[in-house]
Amino acid sequence: MITEDPKHQDIHEYLAEMEDIPGTRVFTAKRARQGYHINQFAMSLMKDENRAKFKADERAYMDEWPLTEDQKQALLARDYNRCLDLGGNVYFLSKLFSTDGIPFAEAVSTMTDMAFPEYRAMMMAGGRSPEGVRSIKANEAAAAAKKEDR
Amino acid sequence: MARITAGVASSHVPLLGVASDFNKDRDDYFGPIFAGYDWTRAWEQAEKPDVIVLVYNDHASAFDMKIIPTFAIGCGERYKSADEGWGPRPVPDVEGHPDLAWHMAQSLILDEFDMTIINEMDVDHGLTVPLSMMFGRPEAWPCKVIPLAVNVVTYPPPSGNRCWALGEAVRKAVESYPEDLNVQVWGTGGMSHQLQGPRAGLINQEWDNRFLDGLVGDSDHLRRIPHIEYLRETGSEGIEMVMWLVMRGALGKKTRALHRHYHVPCSNTAIGHMVLRPDNGEGLDMTGSDVVVIAAE
Repeated sequence: MITEDPKHQDIHEYLAEMEDIPGTRVFTAKRARQGYHINQFAMSLMKDENRAKFKADERAYMDEWPLTEDQKQALLARDYNRCLDLGGNVYFLSKLFSTDGIPFAEAVSTMTDMAFPEYRAMMMAGGRSPEGVRSIKANEAAAAAKKEDR
Repeated sequence: MARITAGVASSHVPLLGVASDFNKDRDDYFGPIFAGYDWTRAWEQAEKPDVIVLVYNDHASAFDMKIIPTFAIGCGERYKSADEGWGPRPVPDVEGHPDLAWHMAQSLILDEFDMTIINEMDVDHGLTVPLSMMFGRPEAWPCKVIPLAVNVVTYPPPSGNRCWALGEAVRKAVESYPEDLNVQVWGTGGMSHQLQGPRAGLINQEWDNRFLDGLVGDSDHLRRIPHIEYLRETGSEGIEMVMWLVMRGALGKKTRALHRHYHVPCSNTAIGHMVLRPDNGEGLDMTGSDVVVIAAE
């Protein structure tokens, strides 16, 4: 295991590493700021009366929040990867999963390239291996080396 | 004097709460997961802890984006189960221990941990699922609980090293409380899981088991694992394991394992569970087997 020396943590290196993981949006301050209203909107769905209002007219309910048009479209389409890109966080978005009445794992599967039954089968078989999805830079370096070999 | 007699680590997947609440805990899917907690349930009945310092994270239930405390301690009288969008879990209210909690808050702050103090909040699956796993479905929880909430949602969470050091300060705080109390520290969350993006579903059994190994004995190498390693190796939500290090830090230099359980999957997550004894000459029962006899009686 790699170990860190907390006395020598450089914030710029730290933040750059957060962006180096394939298929992952780490909920950094930048995303937390960008997605503030998406997440607070989602949070409002913890109340029964708000869930009812939202279900009656999704667009009208979202228009009460200072969301960007992009954010509203992503939420309407339940495009959760796009929601993450626009600053949404999965624990907040999960309030929308439960408003829609879909299991957490099913909502999670929509962010992958698999249908839910296939995703569930992958989990039953031990989940997704970290092999090859640890680092964007490492993958690029490996691809470049392979190209040179040819 | 109050003393820390054990540490318990456990995942807190919300689906386990659903399984417990709807009597599915012995079906084909959940049976093997819950079976790994049978030992602990019998053991807890024999141990009869007075108070549990329960390290967990809130999942957008009590805290939203308005206020994000890094470390927060619950000093309230009682806490209700949060409505996480499906209605609150039908579990008993959680009774706090304000005297010990306030004592700990003061001691921790004097020890340079700048705690947020919470007097009122609801507690979500992060706290109530471990209680269900260890105690089943009682009319009332058999002990008092001091919630210790850690931010592991908005980056950066505290470092593993800081969490371990907080655990050390928790030990000092508990041991300076004059009343005789049997206190356990629980670390919850994890193990490997990723709930977001195209990489969702990531599980790393080898890494998780090395982490479980590392909790036992007198090594403190786990405290120096950087965030990026949790993220790469155990998925974006595997970072919750830093909360286990608060528990580990509270057990002193050396530990011994009494029980260990690991299972994949539960929903999107690898389930890990461990029961540890501090092993620094405290004179605690290390056999870990007598409780089976007690349970059988």
